[in-house]
Amino acid sequence: MSTAQAWVSSRASVWSAMSKWVATLRQRGRVSVEDALHTVENYRSLARDLASARRLLPGTRVTAQLEALYAQLHGMIRRKPHGGRAAWAALFRTDVPRAAHAIRGRIGWITALFVASAAAGWWLVGAFPELVSLVASDGMIRTVEGGRLWTDDILNVTPSSLLSIRILSNNIAVSIFAICLGFFFGIGTFYIIATNGLMLGGVFAFTHQHDLSGRLFEFVVAHGMVELSVICIAGAIGATIGESVIRPNRPTRRESFQHCMQQMGPLILMCALLLVGAGLIEGFISPNPTYPLFSRVVIGACYWMLMLVLLSGAAYRRRRPEPISP
Amino acid sequence: MGTTASGRHMQPEEFTVQGMTGVDLSLHIAGPGSRSYAFIIDWHIRLLAGLAWLFLGLLAVGGGLSIPDGTGLWPRVLVFAPAIIGYLLYHPIVELLMHGQTPGKRLAGVRVVNREGGTPGAGAILIRNAFRMIDSLPMFYAVGLVCCLVSAQRVRIGDMAAGTLLVVNEPQTGSGIDVLARRAGAAGIDPAALDLVERLLERWEQLDPARRRELATALLQKIDAQQPPPADLSDAGLRTRLRQLAGTDSH
Repeated sequence: MSTAQAWVSSRASVWSAMSKWVATLRQRGRVSVEDALHTVENYRSLARDLASARRLLPGTRVTAQLEALYAQLHGMIRRKPHGGRAAWAALFRTDVPRAAHAIRGRIGWITALFVASAAAGWWLVGAFPELVSLVASDGMIRTVEGGRLWTDDILNVTPSSLLSIRILSNNIAVSIFAICLGFFFGIGTFYIIATNGLMLGGVFAFTHQHDLSGRLFEFVVAHGMVELSVICIAGAIGATIGESVIRPNRPTRRESFQHCMQQMGPLILMCALLLVGAGLIEGFISPNPTYPLFSRVVIGACYWMLMLVLLSGAAYRRRRPEPISP
Repeated sequence: MGTTASGRHMQPEEFTVQGMTGVDLSLHIAGPGSRSYAFIIDWHIRLLAGLAWLFLGLLAVGGGLSIPDGTGLWPRVLVFAPAIIGYLLYHPIVELLMHGQTPGKRLAGVRVVNREGGTPGAGAILIRNAFRMIDSLPMFYAVGLVCCLVSAQRVRIGDMAAGTLLVVNEPQTGSGIDVLARRAGAAGIDPAALDLVERLLERWEQLDPARRRELATALLQKIDAQQPPPADLSDAGLRTRLRQLAGTDSH
């Protein structure tokens, strides 16, 4: 009997027990500390066997099976633990404010771009009214020319809850799009922000020409403050992603991009949550004519303040978050 | 960590992860073909499941393929919301529940892992799926496919963002390893030679008779140089000899 043969024979029962152990663990949701320690011990033992197998039996099925078993154990040991409540608390207390703090300058620049685009849209539609067809549908134009807003009877057509879901999913999609397009060196994000600004300014100019801008403001103010702020934050995240690709702060662009996404992930989640709230307001409060302008302004301002509190971490922390490199 | 370029024989590209014991782990990177195959299966599953839910829901609520006027809000939500949510969030939900796999990925024999070779966390899975919006542009996942073809580890933009990659699923080791090991121990030859014998026997029917005779003779000579097989030994005789060596023929 050769050395390899004797060795394989002697280890057969151990490998059998290990493969059964792995199969058992795969079916379990939770494991005890003893089980985890036993798994680590198996992993160490199997690493030694795999090293021997690679030397004694390269390219054989026994080695391939050991590689597979080793990979399964490695994956189990490296699986991230569920953080539970503490992880969620850390996310909102530390990670979100830290990410927001890191990109505060870009939020300002993107907001400036948005405002400049809106002003350009206002001027363009004011100076060349026929250009409104670029930013509004035919139906919207006909309704406004008839002296009404397209939002007037929206609740008679769609129930508030469905309207909310449609609006918030659309807003989340736009924000994620603004973020993800940042991968293309930030250019995609700039286009999204500039287009949205142009559309907003153009639509306001058009309604202003028909003396409806006050009513449009009344519709927008409750949800729009947070919604537009979140779109600007999403644009800033996109710009940060673009910069991580243009000027990588890690050895490769891929690593820099990945690091940036890790840092910005909690802020993206917060943006999505804020948009859910804005969508609910837009579905239930904004189209409801029983709410007077004052109530709408108060709701909009309070929700915007809540957004600032959540983004700054003032609701949780006593100290300033440690700065990060985006 | 790193990859090795594919060789002349289209060997799969490998991603090497540093093990915690000093023994490295090699994972085979899945190519665009496996990716596309898995996606097409998953797309059909989520589309058909969504349509089935809609169809059954409409039948239950209205008795036909439309919702009658005057139907309340909640029946409408129950009919449409699960179908739409299931279709849109199929990938993140199923990948989270199946530890980086989906039914399509399982059928294609691939899975998502992080750069440590482990199962990715919820955040990574959400990020890789959020970037589908970009990878699917302008249509038919063109951006994602091009990215897979040109990137070093065959990853799409979502994988780059999340720090994940798609690897070929290693075979399940239910009872395979111990059966192999016991057979190797019981056989009268070296395990490496046994491996070659078993592979040849498995491919016996597919091989050209002249080619398999040549291979079998060379293998038997290598295993036992003292007793080479007679030149006039028949095809069946060679096969029986190999089976005896492998321990699968008791005659």
